[in-house]
Amino acid sequence: MAHAFLDNLPALQVVIPLLSAPLCLVLARWPRLVWTMCTLVTWTAFGIALALLQTVLAEGPVSYAMGGWAAPWGIEYRIDAVNAYVALIVTGIAAVVLPYAYRSVPLYIHGERVPLFYALLMLCFTGLLGMTVTGDAFNVFVFLEISSLSMYGLISQGRDRRSLTASFQYLVMGTIGGTFVLIGIGFLYVLTGTLNMADLAARLPDVTQVRTLHTAFAFIVVGIGLKLAMFPLHLWLPNAYAYAPSTATVFIASTATKVAVYILLRFVYTIMGPALFSEGIPYGQIAIVLAVMGLLTGSFVAIFQQNIKRMLAYSSIAQIGYILLGIGFASVLGLQAALLHLFNHALMKGALFMAVGCFVYRLGSMSIEDMAGVGRRMPWTFAAFVMGGLSLIGVPLTVGFVSKWYLVLAALQKGYWPLAVLILIGSLLAVVYIWRVVETAWFAKPSLRAAEVREAPLAMLIPTWILVLANIYFGVNTTMTVGVADLAARTLMESMR
Amino acid sequence: MTLVGAMQLAVVLPAAASLPIAVTGRSPNLREAVTLSTAVVVLLLVASAVPGVLAGERPEITLMEFVPGLSLMFRLEPLGMIFALVASFLWLVTSIYSIGYMRGHHEENQTRFYACFAVAIASALGVAFAGNMLTLFVAYEVLSISTYPLVTHSGTEEAKRAGRVYLGILLGTSIGFQLLAILWTWNLTGTLDFEAGGILAGHADGPAAALLLALYVFGIGKAAVMPFHRWLPAAMVAPTPVSALLHAVAVVKSGVFAILKVCVYLFGLDFLTSTGASDWLLYFAGATILLGSLVAMRKDNLKARLAYSTISQLSYIVAGALLASSLAATGAAMHIAMHAFGKITLFFCAGAIMVAAHKTEISEMDGLGRAMPFTFVAFFIGSLSIIGLPPTGGTWSKFYLALGSLESGQIWMLVVLMVSSMLNIAYLLPLPVRAFMAKPSTDLPDKITEAPLPCLIAIGVTSLGCLALFFYPDLLYQLASLVGAGAG
Repeated sequence: MAHAFLDNLPALQVVIPLLSAPLCLVLARWPRLVWTMCTLVTWTAFGIALALLQTVLAEGPVSYAMGGWAAPWGIEYRIDAVNAYVALIVTGIAAVVLPYAYRSVPLYIHGERVPLFYALLMLCFTGLLGMTVTGDAFNVFVFLEISSLSMYGLISQGRDRRSLTASFQYLVMGTIGGTFVLIGIGFLYVLTGTLNMADLAARLPDVTQVRTLHTAFAFIVVGIGLKLAMFPLHLWLPNAYAYAPSTATVFIASTATKVAVYILLRFVYTIMGPALFSEGIPYGQIAIVLAVMGLLTGSFVAIFQQNIKRMLAYSSIAQIGYILLGIGFASVLGLQAALLHLFNHALMKGALFMAVGCFVYRLGSMSIEDMAGVGRRMPWTFAAFVMGGLSLIGVPLTVGFVSKWYLVLAALQKGYWPLAVLILIGSLLAVVYIWRVVETAWFAKPSLRAAEVREAPLAMLIPTWILVLANIYFGVNTTMTVGVADLAARTLMESMR
Repeated sequence: MTLVGAMQLAVVLPAAASLPIAVTGRSPNLREAVTLSTAVVVLLLVASAVPGVLAGERPEITLMEFVPGLSLMFRLEPLGMIFALVASFLWLVTSIYSIGYMRGHHEENQTRFYACFAVAIASALGVAFAGNMLTLFVAYEVLSISTYPLVTHSGTEEAKRAGRVYLGILLGTSIGFQLLAILWTWNLTGTLDFEAGGILAGHADGPAAALLLALYVFGIGKAAVMPFHRWLPAAMVAPTPVSALLHAVAVVKSGVFAILKVCVYLFGLDFLTSTGASDWLLYFAGATILLGSLVAMRKDNLKARLAYSTISQLSYIVAGALLASSLAATGAAMHIAMHAFGKITLFFCAGAIMVAAHKTEISEMDGLGRAMPFTFVAFFIGSLSIIGLPPTGGTWSKFYLALGSLESGQIWMLVVLMVSSMLNIAYLLPLPVRAFMAKPSTDLPDKITEAPLPCLIAIGVTSLGCLALFFYPDLLYQLASLVGAGAG
C-alpha cells in the first residue's frame, strides 16, 4: 500500500487537490470542515512535493505514465529538478495561505459562498500544479485553462465592485493568452506530430519549416507573456491583485506568475531552444530589454500608488522583470538567479501581501493614507511588513539579497555593466516605495480608522510570520535554494546543447 | 575560553540581550542592569583576546556558507581588535551615561532605545570581527537599519525627515556602490577574504582599480566622505547618547574601519602605491577635512558643530588609508581610537549641558563654566585631543598621519592636516574659554548645577582616557603598527 502510494506520487500531486474541489461542494454545509480538508490537502501536497524533490535530487528525473499509457501516446508526467522546485514553491505557499484564509476569507465572502471560494481555490491550485508536473504540451494548456478560469472567479470575489471589472479585464487578456498558447502548441503538433515535451524537443531540431516554428514560438511566448505579466502585457495585473480578496491575492501573486515563468522556461529552453537558438536571432537581448523596461516602469509607477495593494502589484511587475532578466542572460548563472528569485519573490511578496491583508482586515481600507499611524496600533503586522519590505529591497540576511547577489553577478559575468547598475537602482526604487508606507504607518498621526484598530488575529499573524521567518531563514542558509536552483539551471542549459 | 568562542559570544551576547531588555521594560532598574552587565561581559570577552592577537594568533571561524566558496566568517586581526576594544569599552561608558541622560531628559520609549542600541553594538562588533568583505557588508547593513529607530527616536516630523536622509544615503550608497564593488571584486578574484598584502593585485589594472576603489570609498557612506556626508548632521536629531556612541564611534568608525580594511587587506598598500589608484581620491578626503572644519566653524548648534567636526576627522582616517604608506595606516588605525575618546567626551559634555542647562546653542553658553566646571574642563580636554595637542592621545595619531604623508610624498596632505588643526582650535576652544571667561548672559537661570552623576562618571572616564592614551599609547601603537605593516 505504502509502495503504491509512493509510486504514484506524481499523479497524486495533482489528483488529490483536484478531488478536493468537488468535495468542497459536497461538504458545503460544514464550512469549517471544508476549510480543514483544504488545509490538509495543501499540507499533503506540500509533503508530496518535498518527497518528489528528494527523489529527483537522489535519483534523477521521475517519469510517470498517466493511466499506464506509455508516452508519447499517453500523457506523461515528468518531474526533474526544475519543476520539482516550482512545485515546492506552489505547494509551500498554499500550505501557508490556507491557515491564513480561515480568518481572512469571511471578510470578503459570507455564509454559503465560502465553500465555493475554497472549491475555486483548490481548482486553481490543481491547475497550477498540473502545469508544473506535466510533461505533455497539450496538458499544459488544459491545466492553464483550469487555473485561469478559477482565478477569474477568485478575483471577482472582492468586496469592491471594481473586482468585477478587474476580473473581466483579466478574463479577456487571459483568454487571449490561453488561445495564443493553444495556437502555438497546435503549430508544434503540426510540425512534429507529437505533444510530448521530450518528443518535441527531440524532433524540432530536424524540422525544416522554420517559419512555422518561429510563428509557434511567437504565439507561445506572447501567450505565456500575458499570463506572467511580462512588460508590456502586464495591464491586467495591478487591478486583479488590488481588488481580489486578500487570500486570493497572496496565493495568486506568489504562485501563478511563478508557474507561468516555469512554463516559459520549459518551452523556450527545453522544447524549442535547441531548434531556435542556433540561428542567431537575439531572443535573449529582446527579453533583457523588456525586462529592464518592466523593472524600471514597475518600480517607478509603484512609487506613486495610493492603494497599497496596487503598489505591491506594480512592484511584482518589476520583480518579474528581474526574473526575465536572469532568463535573458541565457547562462547557467543567469538562470540560477532567475530560479532563485522565483522562490525568493514568492516568499517576500507572500509575506508582504499577507501583512497588507492583516492591515486591510482591521482597517477595511487599502489606501496608504488610511494607514497613517497604524504601525503603532498593529506593531507585529507592521514589523512583518518592514521585514518583507527589507527583503524586497534586498538587504543582507534576507532572501532578496541572495537573489540580487546572483543576478548582479550574472550580469557582471556577461560583462553587462549597465544592467548590474540598473538592477541595483531598482533596489533603491524599492526603498522609496516601501519606506513611504513605513513612514506613513509609523510617524504620521493616526487616521480616524487607524486610531480604533487593534492587532490582527493570531490566525493571520502566524502564517504571515512563518513567511517572514522563511525570508530570513533562506536568506541566511542558502544551501537548499542555491543548490537546487543550480541543478535546475544546469538541467535547463543542458537541453540547449 | 578560546578566542574563537570569545569572539562569537561578544557578537551574540548584545544581540541576544535586546530580548531581556525588551522584556524587563516595565522595571527600568532591572533593564539597565541587563544592559550594564552585558556591556561588562562583552568588554571582558573582547579584552581577553588582546594578548592572543598581539602574540600573532588570528582566530577564525566560519559561521555559514552563503554561496559555494564564500562564507559568513569572523577573523580577528589587529585592526578589528582596536575597533572592538574601543566600541565595547565605550558602550559600557555610554550605557552608564545614558542612564543619567535618558532619565534626566525624560525621554520616552527608553526600552526600545536600549534594545536597538544593543543590536547596533552587536553589529558594530560584527563589522570589527568580519573575516571577509561579505560579512562586513552584512554587519554594516544591519547596523544601518538597527540605528534607524534610534535616529528617529523622537518620532517628530524633523526626526522623520532626518531618518529619510540617514537611511537614504546609507542604503543608497551601500547598495548602489559598495555592493557593486563587492560583486565586482568577487567576479575578478573569486575571493573576498581579507588577506595580508591584499587580493586584488594582478586582477585589476590602473583605471579599473581606481574606479573600484572609488566605488568602495563612496559606497561606504558611513565614512562620510563628501559629497555623501549629509546623513551625519541629519542624525543629530537622535538622543545625545546615540550621537555620542553611534555617530562619533560605532557607526562612523565602522565606515572608516571598512575603508582601512579595503585598502590594507583587499587592495594591499603596495598595490595601491604601484597603481596610484588612491591618489585622486585623496583630494576628496583632503577637501572633506578642510570643508568639514570650515562648516563646523559656522554652526552655532553644538551638536551640529561636533557633527561637522566628526566629518572632518573621519577623513583623516580615510586619508591615512589612501596615503597607502605603512606609517599613515598606523596613524589611521590609532586615530580610530583617539578620535573616539575625544569626540565621545565632547558629545557627552554637549548632552550634559542640554540636560542640566537646557542649552543647545553655543552662543547661549557664555559663563556656564562657572556653574558646570567639571563638564567644561572635560570639554577642554576632549578638544585638545581632537586638535591633537599634548597631553592628549590625539597627538600621537596626528603625528603618525603627518609622518605618513611625508613617507608617501604627499606634502600637501601635511599642510592640510596642519591647517585643519588650526581650524579645530578655532571652532572648539572658544567654547570652554567663553564658558569660563565671558560674562554670563542675563537670561541664564540661577540654579544650574552639574548633570546627573552617571553622566559625570562617564565624562570623567572618557576624558581621563584621552589623557591616558597620551601617556600609555603602547598597546594601541603595537596593534596599529601591525596593521601598518600589513600583517593580516
